[in-house]
Amino acid sequence: MKLLDQIWVQNLCLIAGYGSLAFLVGWGMRSERWLSAWKHLRRDVTGMISLGVVLLYLLVGTLESIAVPSLSGGRSLLQELTSSIPQEKSYSAPLSKAALSLSDPIPLLGRHLLGTDALGRDTLVQTLRATRSALWIGGLTSLIYIPLGVLLGMMAGYYKGWVDDVVQYVYSTVAAVPEILMLVAILMVLGKGLGSMAIALGITGWVGMARLIRGETLRQVERPYIAAAKAMGQSNWKIITRHLLPNVMHLVLIKFVLGFSGLVLAEAVLSYLGVGAPVGTASWGTMIDASRSELSREPFVWWNLTAASTALFIMVLALNLFGDSLRRAFDPKQGL
Amino acid sequence: MFAYLIRRLFFFVPILFGVMLLTFVLFFVVQSPEATAKRVLGQKATPKSVENWLHNRGYDKPLLINHTPGGSWHDSLFIHQMRKLATFDLGTSDVSGRPLREVFAQGVLPSLLLTVPAFFASIALAVGFALYLVFIRNAAVDLVASLFCVALMSVPVMVYVIFGQFLVAQVLNYFPAFGFELSGWSTPKFLLLPVALMVVSGLGADVRLFRALFLEEMGQDYIRTARAKGVSTVQVLLRHVLKNGLINLITVVVASLPFLIMGSLLLENFFGIPGLGNVLFSAIQAPDFAVVQASVFLGSLLYLGGLLLTDLCYAWADPRIRLQ
Repeated sequence: MKLLDQIWVQNLCLIAGYGSLAFLVGWGMRSERWLSAWKHLRRDVTGMISLGVVLLYLLVGTLESIAVPSLSGGRSLLQELTSSIPQEKSYSAPLSKAALSLSDPIPLLGRHLLGTDALGRDTLVQTLRATRSALWIGGLTSLIYIPLGVLLGMMAGYYKGWVDDVVQYVYSTVAAVPEILMLVAILMVLGKGLGSMAIALGITGWVGMARLIRGETLRQVERPYIAAAKAMGQSNWKIITRHLLPNVMHLVLIKFVLGFSGLVLAEAVLSYLGVGAPVGTASWGTMIDASRSELSREPFVWWNLTAASTALFIMVLALNLFGDSLRRAFDPKQGL
Repeated sequence: MFAYLIRRLFFFVPILFGVMLLTFVLFFVVQSPEATAKRVLGQKATPKSVENWLHNRGYDKPLLINHTPGGSWHDSLFIHQMRKLATFDLGTSDVSGRPLREVFAQGVLPSLLLTVPAFFASIALAVGFALYLVFIRNAAVDLVASLFCVALMSVPVMVYVIFGQFLVAQVLNYFPAFGFELSGWSTPKFLLLPVALMVVSGLGADVRLFRALFLEEMGQDYIRTARAKGVSTVQVLLRHVLKNGLINLITVVVASLPFLIMGSLLLENFFGIPGLGNVLFSAIQAPDFAVVQASVFLGSLLYLGGLLLTDLCYAWADPRIRLQ
């Protein structure tokens, strides 16, 4: 999985991710159903606030993802922006003037809003930098599992017969293995890394999407517009991409947002288990893992744990709330 | 009913075969046996010791079909692995060499002691909360409650554990923070905190789900009839909504029953409970591929068992359903 360490691969992934997002938004702007959902969403306070929070995380993660090698020597934009913050020798409590040491307190070079970690790095900056891992896992995995799940689900629901049997057999087999076991097994073989984590989560993740889309497709093919398209002699492929896909797209969006929060949580848990992010990658999971022993220190260090878990919590909460708002916006009758 | 069961079991065979194939590809093709041996024995292992390790486990056989002259064609790694799993021979640990059957059997009781009380407590609590929310039917309360549920769902388990352990054990100095004993009255003392944390970490999702199930039941015609006859809200909730809601609940809950055996990966490690979750955790750290491989197989068996159990309970709870 060394491929993902290459800058050009990273940039390609970044472009693919943002390209897909831009395509989704552009496509939605021409869809009547999406526009009316947007109208509902705009009046939803929780939905708009959580959307704002998600976009903020996206901005921070993007700043950390972009590096201009010729200008900064491989450092990211976020690192450049925060380069004025000095590095200390060791732990220091939030806003304190001296490093955390009982015998001889060393005066600090600057103030740190959330303190510093074991290596003297600013906790706030580390927490912000870790956003990148979360977004990469969510984004890369989504790029893998959404096309796979949507395509297979639609084909199973549209063609029925043996295609349906094969797709159902494959996803029943994958679903038969408890998710965490499957993830651990794949990651133990592939080794640590953001790329292998995305592959592992993609392999387990497409099942739910395929199930959802297959069910909805089975409902949609009974509708008159499909019969009309068939009667007009359109090819199966055209019916699937031009008629079916637009009618299941909103389900894909809702599942994508709610699934993203699950992926962010999974990244933290897997990194914590020691099969996720490699050592040296800033990630909330590895930060939480490292801070476990800090609580039993004397005096105890709580700010690293608190910062990482709060950042993780707010992101997952915002994604969950935004997903719920989206669901309500697309289906206003359903209520909460 | 009997015919249904038999057919269902036949449906499981290809799935189980698929799982076996999947694990074989993962552990013997994607990662070659030599690579496994090197990772288990460490980088400093001599070629001789690697060869011995492979030979002792039969991993030095040809992958799919044995072409060596004089040998029978089915003397291959694939056929051996399939035969072993089909006869429930789980093999031995990569690291300690102990039979896995023994390792797993030892972990079942501690895992169950953790998960069974947590399972029942969380269902009781979630049903209670959900019924209460349905009873109140107040927009403001609903909003706060649903926000609260989403918030509970958004905290990763390990954060619950670290904060819980720290607050209760170190600040309040109340429970033993770590450890496990299987002797009389000290066992509950060790289990109280992990069980409580397990309940809290799952509560948000459960309450949301159960509330939706109960609300759906509230909209049914028979509820309106009962209300029209003058049955009080509490009576309607307890007699009708709860009873009929429970039928839907069974489909959700029973499928997870077999997994109680597997314990909890994170909680058991945090609290030093020697259950199956801890076995898996140490296998990840070791790394012990045999344990993970066997766990995947056993996990899928439990999943299929859960499916079967769900069907049976469903038919038993709702007389309208006849399994054909």
